[in-house]
Amino acid sequence: MITRMTHMNIYVLDQDSALDFYTNKLGLKVIIDVPMNKDARWLTVGTPEQPGFEINLTPVHESVLHSKDTVETLRDLVKKGTFGVGIFTCSDIMATYEELKAKGVEFIKPPTKEFYGTEALFKDDSGNWFSLAQLVPVTV
Amino acid sequence: MEQQQAYPKLYFYRRIVQAKLFIDQHFAENIELYSIADEAYYSKFHFARKFKEVYQQTPHQYLIFVRLENAMRLLTSGMPVAAVCRAVGFEELSSFSRLFKRKVGINPSAYLRRHRHIQKQIAEAPLTLVPHCFAYQYGWTVKEQFQTNKI
Repeated sequence: MITRMTHMNIYVLDQDSALDFYTNKLGLKVIIDVPMNKDARWLTVGTPEQPGFEINLTPVHESVLHSKDTVETLRDLVKKGTFGVGIFTCSDIMATYEELKAKGVEFIKPPTKEFYGTEALFKDDSGNWFSLAQLVPVTV
Repeated sequence: MEQQQAYPKLYFYRRIVQAKLFIDQHFAENIELYSIADEAYYSKFHFARKFKEVYQQTPHQYLIFVRLENAMRLLTSGMPVAAVCRAVGFEELSSFSRLFKRKVGINPSAYLRRHRHIQKQIAEAPLTLVPHCFAYQYGWTVKEQFQTNKI
C-alpha cells in the first residue's frame, strides 16, 4: 500500500539560480545538497511546515536518459512554462502575494477567487508555472 | 466602489508584509515588538493582532520561528552551537536549546552531530544519499549497482 509521496522533480535551467529563487524568494529551505560532479548536484528543498516532502531541483543535462536533442527540447519546454508543476498553499494569499511580488517573483495572474479558494499564478526563474493558493476546506 | 474598498485592504497587507520582512532581515538583532510595530505604522497591540490574523502566530512567535530556522541552517553548515545561539539573536544558551528541542525534537548539539555525520557521508559516499530513480536519470551510477538490477 502506497502511503506517502516524498520527492518530486522540477526541471530547472540553472541550479544555482534556482537555489536562490526557491530559498531567498519563495522562502523554502535546503533539505540536502550533495555535489555529484562539476555540472550538477543532488539538491532538494522543502517548505518549513511540511517535513518529509522534498522538491528536487533537477538541472537539464545530458545523461543516460537524456540525449542532446532531448535536453534542448526539455530546456525549451521549461522556458515556455509547458510544465504546470504544482501548487503551493499559504494561510493568507494576499500577504504572500505582496511579499513575493516585493521580492521580484513574476506573477502571471493576481489572486483570483475560484470555487476552491483564491489562486494566483507565478513563474519560477526557469519558466515553470506554479499556483499559489489559499484553499477553502472541502468536505467530502 | 470595489476599488475604493480594496485599496485600504491592500495597504494593510503591504504594511504587515513590510513588518514580516523586517523580522526576516533583522532577526539576529535585539528587536522589540515596538520597533516592528513602528515598521508597520501600528500600535503594538493592534499590530500583534493584525499580524496574527495574517500569519496565525504573533510577531514574537514568528521571530522565534525565524531564529530557529536560521539556527538549523547554521548548524547544518557546521557552526558550533554557542556561536549559532549568538548569531541568531538568543542571549542565553539554555533558552535557545530548550526552544530548539521543542521545535526540532533533539537539542542543537545532537542536531549538529547528525549533520556532521551526513557531511561525512556526502564526502565519502554521496550516491548513498540519492534515490536510484534520480541517480540513474542523471547518469550518477556506480556501474555495479545497476548490473544486477536492470531498470
